[in-house]
Amino acid sequence: MYAKICLIFLFLSRGGAELLFKGVKEHHVTLPTQSEPWDVKQLLVWIQRNLLKERPELFVQGDSVRPGILVLINDADWELMGELDYQLQDQDNIVFISTLHGG
Amino acid sequence: MSKFSSICFHFCVPRLRPYVAGIGSKRPPDCFREYFIHKFRAMLGKNRIIFPGEKVLLAVSGGPSSCSMLSQVQEGLSQNAHKKLRFIPGIVYIDEGAAAGRSVDDRKTAMAQMQTLFEATGFPFHLVPLEQVLDLSPSVLVMAPSPSEQPGSAYKAAVDQFIQSKGHWPPRPQDQDQDQDLDQASLPDIQESHTQLLQQLMSSTKTQTAREELLSMLRQHLLVHTARTKGYSKLMLGDCCSRLAVKLLSSIALGRGAQLAQDTGFSDSRYGDIITVRPMRDYSSKEIVFYNHMFKVPSIFIPGLDTMTADKSSIQRLTESFVTKLQADFPSTVSTIYRTSEKLQTAWKGSCAADVCDTCLLCLCALDTTVGDCSYRLFL
Repeated sequence: MYAKICLIFLFLSRGGAELLFKGVKEHHVTLPTQSEPWDVKQLLVWIQRNLLKERPELFVQGDSVRPGILVLINDADWELMGELDYQLQDQDNIVFISTLHGG
Repeated sequence: MSKFSSICFHFCVPRLRPYVAGIGSKRPPDCFREYFIHKFRAMLGKNRIIFPGEKVLLAVSGGPSSCSMLSQVQEGLSQNAHKKLRFIPGIVYIDEGAAAGRSVDDRKTAMAQMQTLFEATGFPFHLVPLEQVLDLSPSVLVMAPSPSEQPGSAYKAAVDQFIQSKGHWPPRPQDQDQDQDLDQASLPDIQESHTQLLQQLMSSTKTQTAREELLSMLRQHLLVHTARTKGYSKLMLGDCCSRLAVKLLSSIALGRGAQLAQDTGFSDSRYGDIITVRPMRDYSSKEIVFYNHMFKVPSIFIPGLDTMTADKSSIQRLTESFVTKLQADFPSTVSTIYRTSEKLQTAWKGSCAADVCDTCLLCLCALDTTVGDCSYRLFL
């Protein structure tokens, strides 16, 4: 199987999502190589394990992000890209924006 | 109905998702931008409540919705705008750091950031710490007389009357210089004793719910007071559709059902001389966030009282969580609640002077404490 190394830029902007990531808004991330292509579902698990510093329940809920957190993949709504099933490509931009009051 | 092309409307389901031309294309959709701007103008134009030359105070918290409102006002007043807006804006920011338990340094940083943001707009602005609410005289709790009773259909007559009494259009230079007062030159001083007093007040409440309500009430009083003392006759709040839907349901849970129309409607005239308007009430939070992201509208996130609180910490948070989760599976939730709120009307408008005494001291809405016979009481 062809393996790729993905370089993803994560921007946690506005609405306070960055508070869960020690205030760091922009993350340049290299995902480890694996046999299947990475998808967003796996990315969320990876983020939770490696980047999320506190209060995971404010960011992820079950398999997906908490309702109220918008996800943009390359400036398009992730609903148009397949949500959790979207397969990540090299140099993709993923943005998480929280619209909720409480972080 | 709409001047946008039918193809565009098909792809841009405006309430839910903007469409970007082609995956990977970085060109923001012009149709979305036009739609967004048009909605703001239409909201103001449809309600015909702001007169040319009137001074309007924009309450900006730094959040996406109020910053978007600010950018729409800038857009509307700019030279090349189609059908320019014609009022004189000012901006106010209320620093709630004391209530949210933030350090003095954090608050100063936040204020400085807001100052930079506001200076870039060129509008007069006021940075007000929440502590100032403790210095207000009790007269702020009394409804001031409104300038005159104006029926909706006589808009042109009302405008004429306004211009004769105090407004000028186009604005004279000396009108605008009045606002370049001291609180723009430097960040306001915050006295330690005031901060402690405020914190004592906040901690005297027993629940997070009560705390949030108290904060909201104090903020509102300070906003109205600022508008009054600086000579503004309208106050613009940045509440968006999603937030108002949550506010509607949580208000019902809090026993404020009788005041829903004023709490969530487009205009609120409970203060008499200052009318509060909510021009962003037609936008969902998703639309605002997309617009801000795509068109680089600056906003600053400032942690507040309810940041990082758990879902069940207060009625307001629980309602927000409920509505947001429901919205994820049923995308018409927020709009349904919103449409319901549009049908609400305030019952006591236009009543006689005797009713002035029958208002709540804290929120200035009509009292609803005289309860007639209802089915619940029959059980007692």
